Amino acid sequence: MLAYIIQRIGQSALVLLIVGLVAFSMFRFVGDPIDNMLGQERTQEDIDRLRGQLGLDQPFVMQYVKFLGGAVQGNFGVSYRQGRPVSEILLERAPATLELAAVSGFLAISIGIGLGVFTAIRRNGITANVIMSASLIGVSLPTFLIGILLIYLFSVELGWLPSFGRGETVKIGNWSTGFLTETGLKALILPSITLGLYQMTLIMRLVRSEMLEVLRQDYIRFARARGLRERAVNFRHALKNTLVPVITVTGLQLGSIIAFAIITETVFQWPGVGLLFINAIQFVDIPVMAAYLMLISVMFVGINLIVDLLYFAIDPRLRVDRTGGH
Amino acid sequence: MTPTLSIHNLTVDIPTRHGTLRPVQDVSYDIAQGEILGVVGESGAGKSMAGNAVIGLLNPPAHIASGEIHLNGTRIDHLQGDDMRRLRGKHIGMVFQDPLTSLNPLLKIGDQLTETMLAHLDISQSDARKRAIAALEEVGIPGAAQRVDSYPHQFSGGMRQRVVIALALCAEPSLIIADEPTTALDVSVQAQIIALLKRLCRDRGTAVMLITHDMGVIAEAADRVAVMYAGQLAELGPVRDVLTVPLHPYTDGLMGSTPLASRGKARLHQIPGAMPRLDTLPDGCAFHPRCPRAQADCTRNPGPTLADAQGRAACFHPLLREDVA
Ligand SMILES: Nc1ncnc2c1ncn2[C@@H]1O[C@H](COP(=O)(O)OP(=O)(O)O)[C@@H](O)[C@H]1O
Ligand code: SF4
Ligand SMILES: [Mg+2]
Repeated sequence: MLAYIIQRIGQSALVLLIVGLVAFSMFRFVGDPIDNMLGQERTQEDIDRLRGQLGLDQPFVMQYVKFLGGAVQGNFGVSYRQGRPVSEILLERAPATLELAAVSGFLAISIGIGLGVFTAIRRNGITANVIMSASLIGVSLPTFLIGILLIYLFSVELGWLPSFGRGETVKIGNWSTGFLTETGLKALILPSITLGLYQMTLIMRLVRSEMLEVLRQDYIRFARARGLRERAVNFRHALKNTLVPVITVTGLQLGSIIAFAIITETVFQWPGVGLLFINAIQFVDIPVMAAYLMLISVMFVGINLIVDLLYFAIDPRLRVDRTGGH
Repeated sequence: MTPTLSIHNLTVDIPTRHGTLRPVQDVSYDIAQGEILGVVGESGAGKSMAGNAVIGLLNPPAHIASGEIHLNGTRIDHLQGDDMRRLRGKHIGMVFQDPLTSLNPLLKIGDQLTETMLAHLDISQSDARKRAIAALEEVGIPGAAQRVDSYPHQFSGGMRQRVVIALALCAEPSLIIADEPTTALDVSVQAQIIALLKRLCRDRGTAVMLITHDMGVIAEAADRVAVMYAGQLAELGPVRDVLTVPLHPYTDGLMGSTPLASRGKARLHQIPGAMPRLDTLPDGCAFHPRCPRAQADCTRNPGPTLADAQGRAACFHPLLREDVA
């Protein structure tokens, strides 16, 4: 078990190295940051001096190694645009994205699993069929369109909810939270629905199909034959077995919630790391872009690792320490 | 005395787009307290369907179309929902064919035992656990006090079927339906499982419907035997009589031409031809296309019933005792 974890962490580190390399080399084609940083009246001297300062005159591999060396210490260099350490900017922006992603993820998982179970148990009911049809909208509409539709309906037409920003935030240490103010909570509603809807419908459809499969198994029949209550059969026996395969997909979906936050943050002008990244692209702010991509990959890889470990927790067949003989 | 189980003219229908199929037709038999009734017949004869009808687990659209089922004198075939649920496990236990798939892989066997007892008996959690350990000991699981916290995959197939039997019996039902309980097991453990089932049911006076392919199992364990063919009863009687002196040509065919002494020790003998499909049942006696004794009147409707041969075989021209003896 310990050997397995170490092996998985090694794999994760390798993945991160490769992602970092790909991202880093891609930026060389995005454009030349010097153009943006110096005004029109620049001399070749200015350009060379700035290149030297930023380390852009060094060979590519050296730049990458330096970047990695800094990154593992949490040092991503200085933003070309803001002239401040990237790590500082990221820390400032991270709470907005993390709170948005957490609420979206929570909505996607809880409603997704709930509706999935409901539509599986009541598979012939009218409500279940309506939900299933409606869920097609969730998987087929692009995120930005959902966001715009929600803004149109709830902000423009009804005027109930704000269409942009985080509302008022409260600072707790370095963390600025929108959970503690009314405007902050209101501001979370539309973006989190926009961001989580796709994942929610995906989880719901997956839970439904897995649960229908599980309900056909012999042990469910045997549970019924033992006279267990429907509730126990559905939740204690069927749901638990349903969740084993659902965990992987859900984990990946949580990763993509953070990645896709870029679109939602743009639509709602949400001051998180996604919006930061979009602005960084416009300015060819390489340190910020690189740090963002590394951060996203760390989260993806981390979530994958957690998913793998969850398997061990939920499925006894995978545990190596077989206590009994055969 | 009232029989534990009494099935009277049971008919099960499956409506389909191309008409109604009848996997069980007009089947009647009793099982007395402590008695083991063996149910044999080729695959698809309707054995499982009849068992599922009794425990109320027919998969829709299959349903009981007519007939009555009585358990300890109480009619149960019309019970619905929670009323039927309360009966299952508590009054009727069931053992399935494949112990590898019968147990929930994610729950400890102890938890599966206690949840069953707590669903039916008014006992505390800790009492249920004590009883779970006792139940495992009774079915011969060594080190039951430790193994109660094991997961199903930590047991061999034979041991798992013992666990399944413990589960079926843990709320002390008066009837057990065992649907091919040894078919999926190693030959080496089949006899042990049958012996276990037989001992436990004798001790408790539990009635058993033992569905099987194996004539050896019938000879070993059953008191009476019901032979099914194409959804109907072909022959019904005490094992001793039916196996040694079958009256129905189908039963005789199942036994094959093995000499009397070793009869009953063999698996079902292959009879030329195949059982008709439910949507193309022949007129009259369903067995006539394969029957060596068939005569012109065998195709007449209605077909033969048990009454046509001493209340034992549904046949117009049964084997005569003299033919066999
Ligand atoms: N859902 C179904 N639709 C149509 N026919 C079915 C269905 N389920 C079972 N049958 C038929 O019912 C008959 C009885 O099946 P079963 O009771 O399982 O036989 P046995 O247990 O004796 O092998 C078989 O001929 C089978 O093909
Ligand atoms: S009724 Fe006729 S066809 Fe049917 S088993 Fe008897 S002899 Fe054979
Ligand atoms: Mg069967």
